[in-house]
Amino acid sequence: MIHATLEFLRTYAGPLIAAVVIVAVLPLIAGYVVLLERKVMAHFQVRLGPMRVGPHGLLQPIADALKLLIKEDIIPENADVWIFWIAPVTSVTAAMLAMGALAFGPAFQVAKDINIGLLFVVGVSSLGIFGIVLGGWASNSHYSLLGALRSAAQLVSYETAAGMALVSGLLFAGTLQITDIVKAQASEHLWFVCFAPVSFFIYLVASIAETNRAPFDMPEAESELVAGYMTEFSGFRWALYFLAEYANMVVVASVATTLFLGGWLRPFSGLGGPAGTALDLFPVLILLALAGYCGYRAPKQPVRVQQLVMFGVAGLCALFALVLAAPLFVGALAGAKAGIHGAFWFFLKVSAYIYLFMWLRFTLPRYRFDQLMRLGWHFLIPLSIVNVMLLGLAIVLSSQYGVNRALAIGVMNLITLLFALYLVSVEKGREDRKAAQTADQVTDSYAG
Amino acid sequence: MAETVKTGMPNVQATLLGADELILNMGPQHPSTHGVLRVKLRLDGERVTGSECIIGYLHRGVEKIAEHRTYQQFAPYVDRMDYVAAVSNGLGYCEAVEKLLGAEAPPRARVIRTILTELQRIASHLLWLGTHALDIGALTPLFYCFREREEILKIFEKYCGARLTTHAFRIGGLQYEAYDTLEKDVERFCKDFERRIVDYEDLLTQNRIWVGRTRNIGVLSAADAVALGATGPVLRASGVKWDIRKAMPYAAYDQYKFEIPTGKAGDTYDRYLVRVEEMRQSRLICLQAIENIPSGPIMARVGKVLKPPPGEVYHAIEAPKGELGYYVISDGTVQPYRVRIRPPSFVNLQAFDKMVRGHLVADVVAIIGTLDIVLGEVDR
Repeated sequence: MIHATLEFLRTYAGPLIAAVVIVAVLPLIAGYVVLLERKVMAHFQVRLGPMRVGPHGLLQPIADALKLLIKEDIIPENADVWIFWIAPVTSVTAAMLAMGALAFGPAFQVAKDINIGLLFVVGVSSLGIFGIVLGGWASNSHYSLLGALRSAAQLVSYETAAGMALVSGLLFAGTLQITDIVKAQASEHLWFVCFAPVSFFIYLVASIAETNRAPFDMPEAESELVAGYMTEFSGFRWALYFLAEYANMVVVASVATTLFLGGWLRPFSGLGGPAGTALDLFPVLILLALAGYCGYRAPKQPVRVQQLVMFGVAGLCALFALVLAAPLFVGALAGAKAGIHGAFWFFLKVSAYIYLFMWLRFTLPRYRFDQLMRLGWHFLIPLSIVNVMLLGLAIVLSSQYGVNRALAIGVMNLITLLFALYLVSVEKGREDRKAAQTADQVTDSYAG
Repeated sequence: MAETVKTGMPNVQATLLGADELILNMGPQHPSTHGVLRVKLRLDGERVTGSECIIGYLHRGVEKIAEHRTYQQFAPYVDRMDYVAAVSNGLGYCEAVEKLLGAEAPPRARVIRTILTELQRIASHLLWLGTHALDIGALTPLFYCFREREEILKIFEKYCGARLTTHAFRIGGLQYEAYDTLEKDVERFCKDFERRIVDYEDLLTQNRIWVGRTRNIGVLSAADAVALGATGPVLRASGVKWDIRKAMPYAAYDQYKFEIPTGKAGDTYDRYLVRVEEMRQSRLICLQAIENIPSGPIMARVGKVLKPPPGEVYHAIEAPKGELGYYVISDGTVQPYRVRIRPPSFVNLQAFDKMVRGHLVADVVAIIGTLDIVLGEVDR
């Protein structure tokens, strides 16, 4: 028994430690994504955002987490206690499990090389919906129920489009294994977003809808359903939902990065020579600049503690810069370059993707539920299916019949775009007819 | 009301399943009922089959209070009705009592009143625009609108020391002389504001989601609007060109050129366009007014103790939300015998049920927003 346990630990020590790290670090990352979102939102809206806890609110996530942890735990009287208890846990577990299979660089992956990697991530992350539906049902409130229903319908609709978009990316990779997908892009010297731009767009839209973000944040539409399925949740349970939501954002961003944006590859990964070296130096320089700026701002902080924290941040940035620089200049560490720089680029791309989410959220109004469904079923799903078929055709044409590959793919993407335009015009015609119908209805306000 | 609601076509599937209608209680504590409005919605799925507005959570008996205060003492109370347009409320009341007294404010006072009231209209519409956009999910315009509203409130503060419930006017004219840089402040604001409106319109007017969320939502035909007594932008968006500033000019409105924007469809989108255009027109009025503020006294000779002769008077002004009317009866004492207030929000709210039938829950929020109600005024 003990022997077997030791054997197990010896084999899986690495993944286990990594898993613990994910469970421990993910809340921190999610917390800082929240802070980032609040800061970005504030700057969009000509205000400052959190400024009080730590310099420029840098410690705000920790204060928030503490506050949520020590809040009173309220379960509504008529709630289904067990389901109410288990629902947020389901959500957060699914999100974390999906994280486990992702690769944050060639050197950082928890479950090494599952051969169904991407399928696993997509499948497990959709399990999170159970948490939402069950939570909405268990809280025994109309707002929660409506939120949960909307959420379920929304996820089912958009999962299809997202899945199709992923398939058209996978056609080029020829594998579901996450590391191999990135390797395929490395050998092409092109990211798959260049091969399948329409798929990337579909996945972008569908992933916003899947993570329930604005403009598709129906389930928790604050102004209509108070907080949707989370209405009756408070304190730590609420925090778990929140954590799941932001973890899911990281997951979809990572999937998009892996499949469409070249994963951990540097831009122009094939490029060597001085230009390549310059690109390699970019991460080091940007972190040094950040460290310098933080150091410059630190003495200007009003409170001593804040000055210290700011210096700490500057030091951290400098340290990261050093870590990134080491493999470039020290010959003995050159082997670590792929891993360390890969992680940097991966996080940069994921951050850019998440920033795009935020940008959209603060710019656009919210879709109505039926409009959202119409967008999904009348536009995204037909488009994604046609897109997959055409891209498949392009691959067959180039591999079997010797048609120029770039030409075939380009033409097929063009046809997909034309099809998209056609779908838009059909939708517009339908709207116009509907508008004409409503205009025809005459009411007599004096009757009765 | 809700009991007599007909649901139209029976939902076959729901009947087979034995499903009931869902009754959803929105408010009085709900993020987008704009205060303490409570709406009981009968839902078939997410579709509204009937609604009932329950009001009175903010009832303070303003009209009754009036019977136990002198005419001057009651003036600050009217500021608390539509608390986002206090200046307009005050103007209506002061002018009503002046009419009862047979007095008239001097020209200088009237022009300053016009400037402040038009600024208040812009401020009120800005608050509406921000919150309405927020209800529909656009988070950012709110802060832009509040940034500009702040400038207006600063002008009020400089003028009379108060920002929200200003009590800016007195019966017979003004208590305070315009401060030295009033014209300059208003001019600077107007100059800046021209560009700002373009910003809001860039964010919303052509936005597909915004148009999709507002066009054909809460349609109110011209006949319906008139029958229900709707006034203000709600009426004008239905295509009825009625504005008391033009129809029965008060203050100094007969001196200025401005347009009355109207809509065609009477939907939420048209009401949005009408209000945005009204802000532009108000800005033009302000610019015209500051060009030539007549000199002279700011207070008519009405005496310290107001004892209007017995009689009654109805005076209405075009408040930001519609026709704000004061019906004041005097019995010859220092206190009004009765003050009846016709609040535009209250009357416009009557159109709610008509507008919301057949729409989805998400539209309910848009329709509450587009009516631009203030519960302080609805409940009084």
